Formats: sequence, C-alpha cells, structure tokens
Amino acid sequence: MLEWIRQLGRGGFGFFEKLGRSNLFLLKTLAGIPSVLRRPYLLIAQLLSVGVLSLLLIAVSGLFVGMVLALQGYNTLVDFGAEESLGVVVALSIVRELGPVVTALLFAGRAGSALTAEIGLMKATEQLSGMEMMAVDPIHRVIAPRFLAGVLSMPLLAAIFSAVGIYGGYFVGVGLLGVDDGSFWSQMQSKVDLNEDVYNGVIKSVVFGVVVSWIAVFEGYDTVPTSEGVSRSTTRTVVYSAFAVLGLDFVLTALMFGDY
Amino acid sequence: METSTQTGPETLVKIRGLRFARGERAIFDGVDLDIPRGKVTAIMGPSGTGKTTLLRLIGGQLHPDQGSIEVDGLEVPELRRSALYALRQRMGMLFQSGALLTDLTVFDNVAFPLREHTDLPEAMIRDLVLMKLQAVGLRGARDLQPGELSGGMARRIALARAIALDPMMIMYDEPFTGQDPISKGALVQLIRLLNDALGLTSIIVSHDVEETAAISDYIYVISQGKVIGSGTPETLRKTDSDWVRQFMQGLPDGPVPFHYPAPGYIDDLLNA
Repeated sequence: MLEWIRQLGRGGFGFFEKLGRSNLFLLKTLAGIPSVLRRPYLLIAQLLSVGVLSLLLIAVSGLFVGMVLALQGYNTLVDFGAEESLGVVVALSIVRELGPVVTALLFAGRAGSALTAEIGLMKATEQLSGMEMMAVDPIHRVIAPRFLAGVLSMPLLAAIFSAVGIYGGYFVGVGLLGVDDGSFWSQMQSKVDLNEDVYNGVIKSVVFGVVVSWIAVFEGYDTVPTSEGVSRSTTRTVVYSAFAVLGLDFVLTALMFGDY
Repeated sequence: METSTQTGPETLVKIRGLRFARGERAIFDGVDLDIPRGKVTAIMGPSGTGKTTLLRLIGGQLHPDQGSIEVDGLEVPELRRSALYALRQRMGMLFQSGALLTDLTVFDNVAFPLREHTDLPEAMIRDLVLMKLQAVGLRGARDLQPGELSGGMARRIALARAIALDPMMIMYDEPFTGQDPISKGALVQLIRLLNDALGLTSIIVSHDVEETAAISDYIYVISQGKVIGSGTPETLRKTDSDWVRQFMQGLPDGPVPFHYPAPGYIDDLLNA
C-alpha cells in the first residue's frame, strides 16, 4: 500500500516535471523563431515535408468526410422535408468541428509522428549533441523550423479539408441524392457566419496546430535515445495529441458556442 | 603534477577536483588532469568509466557537481551560453558514431559549421571543404549521403567537419572502436598527422591500448572515478601498478576481477 502511494507520488512528480520541461522547451523554441525567419530556407524545407506532403491525405479524408456527412444528414433531414438545408448541415459540421479536429488528428498521425521520430533519431544518433558541440543550437536549427512549419501548416490544411469536405457533401447531396443545387449553396451562404463559424474554426485549427506541433517536437527532443525510446515517443505524440485536441476542442467549443 | 591553477602556454585544459555523479553513482570522484598544448593526450580506461562523460564535461554539455574545468583560461562550467558557444567554435569533437547530419551530403556536412558560423562566399566554402576532405582522403566522396559511408569513412568525414573551423583542440570519442584494421590504421595516422600539421591539441578517449599508445604523448588511465595511473606510453608499460598493468596488457583477471560479484559458486549451484 505504502509502495503504491510512493509510486503514485513519483508518477505525479514525473508528470509535473515533464510539464515544466515542456513549457521551458516551448519558450526556448519560441525564442528560436526569429533566427528561423532570418533563414527562410530552413522553414520552406519543413513546410514541404510537414505541410505539402500531408496535403493528399488531408484532401482525400476531407472529401470522404464531406460525402459521409451528406449521406447521413440527408437521411435525417428528408424525414422532416428539410433536405434543402443539407448544405448548412454539412458546412457547419465541417467548418466548426470536423475540419479543425479531424485535420489535427490526421496531422498528428502523419506529420507529428514523423517529426517526433526524426528528431528522436537525430538525438539517438548524437546529431543534436554533435550540433551543440559545433556551437549550433539544435533548438534554433532543428526544432524551431519544424515547430513553426507545423503551426503554419495546420490552419491551411484545415481550410483545405473544409473546402474539399464541402465539395464532397455537394457531390453526394446534389449529384447523387438530388438536393436542389441553388438551395444547397444559398442556404449555406445565409446560415454560415464568417465571424461566428469560419473564424472560430480557424482559431481552433491554430490552437490545435500549436499544441500538436509542440507535443511532436517536444516528445522527439525529450526521447530516451534508444530505438525503444523513439518508438514510445512516437506513440506518445499521437496519443497525447489526440487527447489534447479532443479535450481542447470541448473547451474551445464551450467558450465559442456555449450560450451561458 | 604541477600545482599552478592557471592554464597557460603549457596547458590547455586543466581539471581539478572533478566530481560528477549520475544519481547515486559517482562517475568521477576527485579527478585531476592536465592536457598539454600541442600534444596528443589519451584518456584510457575500461568501458563504463565515464570517459565520454569527461569529454562532455570539457565541452560544457554536462555540469560537474564539484571541481574546476578550465579550457584555455576559461572556467567552462561558469561560462554563459554565448561564451560557451564561442569556446565550442574553437574545439572540435569527433563522436563515436560520427554524428553526421543524415539529411545532408558529405560536402554539406563538412560545410555545415562554415555556413553556420561564417559569412564566407560559397566559392570559398567550396575550396575550404575540398581542402578538409582532401586532408582525410575523401574528396571523392563529397556527393555521397552519410548512409552510403562505411563506419571508418563516416568518422573521417566527421573529422574533416571537426577541423573545418580550424579549432585549437579536438576531442576524439573512441575513434577506433569497431573499425577494421585498415580504417584503424588510417585514423591512427590521421590523428597524429593532423595534430602536428595543424598545431592542434588532441584528446583521445579510448580503450584500444595498442592504437592509442602508438600515437599518444601522454596517457591517463582512469577507473572507478579516479586517475589510477598516468605517464608516457613507455612508463605506463613498465608500471608497477597491478591495475595499470592489467589494463595495458589486457589480462583477463587481476585487480579488476573476471567475475562480477556473486555469491559462492558451489552454494549458488546447490541452492537451486
């Protein structure tokens, strides 16, 4: 029993210690961002691998999510004779919720895990240590460009996910199920508010971008430098990102759309 | 051993009363070392005695619990970040794995410190890189990726990178481990040659007695957190310390027992 309490205490200390380390790490990373902006080629290379190479996954997923939403939405709406509102249902679900959330989850799986594994392996093969001994700060040279690329890519990917998703809904709703073309778009136009819906979705995607990128680069940098350590860190990136995204989504949604 | 506390024209690195512990286990417990300028000094000892840790302490990547580490007149543990980074530009370190950046070609790896720390035009960087690569005999390998290199080649490229900024000192972390005889021979020769031709100070951390003794001017043997013997390779060979003799001659049993501490053999077998 006593041992159990001891273990709990150790675990608690470990958790808060790691939280503290990750916060200090974030501050150092942010301090490294000016040096990245002075050398944009470092950022561009990362934007390619983190952002552009995630594009296909995000676009295809967006298309299917939109198509499924239209199918499900239609089946419910048609009972009430409200199938004209399909455009609104699809657009609001995607722009407010599914766009930022699903993109962040996919982004954590595709780009976040890759970032963690890459940085973790650089640590395991002494590349980060070697840089330090060459008087090059790995946080400025390796971490900051990757973090910034993640933060910039995530909202753009979410926007693309949302746009493609709405088209997916359109193809199924209008093309397959015969919803009226004009009312699909016009209802969407009148009911989706730029401030209330679109901007809030963008804010969510920015927050998720920061959190997922932060988790990914920190887990890589903090990894135990063995193959098992890197594999655990990569798993943790995906798991923690998923928890953080879904938890924060609830908080943000409550703040943005809760009427109280 | 001299007693002055300043590094000077004779001594580049001076370590006094160094204590460093990892958790409960003391890695160093009162180590005193002098690394003379312009010489090849070896630090030897069995695996796990913290030889690599010592290099990291000299390079300021780790902080000692106690004691002083002075490099070229600067007290390393007390340096601020910018001063430490300025000092590191004057020291090269060769990691056991080479630690080449895997996303860059050989050429870009050697050019890396030049590009990071100087504003030299690209044409001059090219010349410098080719000169460093020529010095290690791998000018022809400039377009290869680190993954295409053998272990020995990777270490020579890392050596070219370590001398890219013309440092005052190079630290070698187990340069001979896992090398075939030819690569080993090439590295042995290169370390001595570069040291003398470029006027460097070299610190070799190694447990390869033959190779290291062949090129070192002075050897420190450390074990269990202390310096247990030091001298030129010749004097160490003739030492009357059992411990140093066991290490230098590679005897399986001696002060360092062959058996890990265990209960009595017979008892152990019968108590199954």
